[in-house]
Amino acid sequence: MKSIVDESSKVMVQGITGNEGRFHTEAMLQYGTKIVAGVTPGKGGEQVCGIPVYNTVAEAVSYHGVDTSIVFVPARFARGAAIEAIEAGLRMIVVITEMIPQKDSIEFIAMADKRGTVIIGPNTPGIIVPPKKMKVGIMPSQFFKPGVVGVVSRSGTLTYEIALHISNAGLGQSACLGIGGDAIVGLDFIKVLEMFREDEETRSVVLIGEVGGTAEETAARYISETKYPKPVVAYIAGRSAPPEKRMGHAGAIVMGNMGTAQSKIDAFIAAGVAVADKPSDIVKLLETVSI
Amino acid sequence: MKLFEFEAKDILRKYGLQTPSGSIARDPVEVEIVAKRLGKPVALKAQVLVSGRGKSGGIQFADDAGEAKKSAIYLIGSHIKGNVVRSLLVEEKLSIVDQYYASITIDRQARRYVVLASTNGGVDVEETALTSPNRISRYWVDPATGFNEETARATVAQFSFNGDRDITEFASVIATLYRVAMDYDAELVEINPLAKTSSGEFIAADARIVLDDNALFRHPEFEDKGSAGMDDNPREAEARRQKLAYVDLSGDIGIIGNGAGLVMATMDMVHLLGGRAANFLDIGGGAQPEVVRKGLMLVMSKPGVKAVLINILGGITRCDLAARGIIGGLSEVADEKPVAVRLMGTNDEVGREMLRLAGIPVYPDMETATKKVIGWVKR
Repeated sequence: MKSIVDESSKVMVQGITGNEGRFHTEAMLQYGTKIVAGVTPGKGGEQVCGIPVYNTVAEAVSYHGVDTSIVFVPARFARGAAIEAIEAGLRMIVVITEMIPQKDSIEFIAMADKRGTVIIGPNTPGIIVPPKKMKVGIMPSQFFKPGVVGVVSRSGTLTYEIALHISNAGLGQSACLGIGGDAIVGLDFIKVLEMFREDEETRSVVLIGEVGGTAEETAARYISETKYPKPVVAYIAGRSAPPEKRMGHAGAIVMGNMGTAQSKIDAFIAAGVAVADKPSDIVKLLETVSI
Repeated sequence: MKLFEFEAKDILRKYGLQTPSGSIARDPVEVEIVAKRLGKPVALKAQVLVSGRGKSGGIQFADDAGEAKKSAIYLIGSHIKGNVVRSLLVEEKLSIVDQYYASITIDRQARRYVVLASTNGGVDVEETALTSPNRISRYWVDPATGFNEETARATVAQFSFNGDRDITEFASVIATLYRVAMDYDAELVEINPLAKTSSGEFIAADARIVLDDNALFRHPEFEDKGSAGMDDNPREAEARRQKLAYVDLSGDIGIIGNGAGLVMATMDMVHLLGGRAANFLDIGGGAQPEVVRKGLMLVMSKPGVKAVLINILGGITRCDLAARGIIGGLSEVADEKPVAVRLMGTNDEVGREMLRLAGIPVYPDMETATKKVIGWVKR
């Protein structure tokens, strides 16, 4: 995933002094991520896991040449944190925070688009690149193994579940990226599929979707129209979800006939993408398409 | 959070938009008083948070106060699509010449607010989009530049109107709606129909506002509103109070897991293998034993739940803490219902051992656990 992260990425943690920030900074460092700075307003001068903490993003950037940020800031301050990072010219920002007001997400994502900053999330587990031993995210690294399958998903734990099957089958992952469970997210399936298309390590792609919105249908159209060169298999969660109910994720809601699992499954099948009935079937499908 | 029509109209009035004169009434006598004060034919509108209210008999007309009272006796306390009618909005009946449509919503794909205006009001806007697309205009708002009366005029200019006054009025209404959406963090602000009366005025005959739950911290005046979660059943309301992601379903197998996608996948697995889910509970990431304990009790409190399937894939969530919550919850539930657990990930060996000692069966993967539970329920 050279286009957005690689082993030389210099990562900053916004909200590093909070419980989540601290815990995941340590986990990311252990995995091998190059974390160079943390930011928490008012806590400048402290250290977390040996990483220096600054009051502002601008300071952290000027001392360490940061290019990537991961945000653990509470929802009500997330917009400000993201804008600060965008204005500092970062290349990529992973927003872990969930329950951010949609108006705020719309604002900072629009701003990022204009400045050429990639936003992953909000409400995402982040990105993990097992072959490079680096992650900018909160995923438990024990479920992931270096390999050839690219995984893109709207869900965190479901990604871990499917990654586990892929790891156990000996295929491993080239990279796994969660675009986020919110209705408004920065990266969509198409942009990630484009990254996987360019990525030499990725031989096939698993797309994990769920009810709500039309992102999967759009991705299916993209795959068929561009004659996507790598095999893609999919899984859609929420086949038995009732309409008008938010299924845990802010974005997982069927409205009228919009966003049903069936319409997503139909769109994939029409695009030649095999759809798994259950998470464990993904590996079988990968083995058939890869032969 | 959905607002009632009268709450939505209160907000619109604050921004200078016109609404029919009238007020809210909670019993037939109040209805009669309001109707008498208005002194003309009235509309009685059930205040329920469901769409399609008119078609379900939730809107009645009356020529005088006496007739209004009679209708109110019938309407108040009745059910519309499962919701009890507790109050009526009593309003003057408008003399409508034309019906328009105006709304602000969020376009997920475009990541933008979208302003929708149509000269075909009073009907479903999606229907208009299909049957007469030339009568609908869409404008995607760049948050950096916003949306004002200028831009609003440009969006309605495509419609053929009788005069400049209509364009100005319509543009002013939709520009105001955008301000309401921004100020209140709304997911939806809609006037349908926007009535043009015989005297040429534009009046919001009906209005809907849905607020973004995640932004309620900026609007504390709504946090304890009676309408918060009115469309929920008692268990969903209780879950909301406990900040649990819970949904009631119609089957007999309770479902608990960590992470929305994984819980949905578990629910789907149950259906795929011939069972039916009774509910959906996502304990979220990094759940403490207390959350698991309360969640389990909530899931089991639903009448008709015969067994529970728990699927935990612990990353941030520690399996030993989840196990402690499961054991705690089960010890507090009176009637014995079987529970099958899949527990894997961080500290899973400790957690599995705790469950084994407590006599709770643990299975190696979600499929095996699901089959077990379905077997118990079908027996």
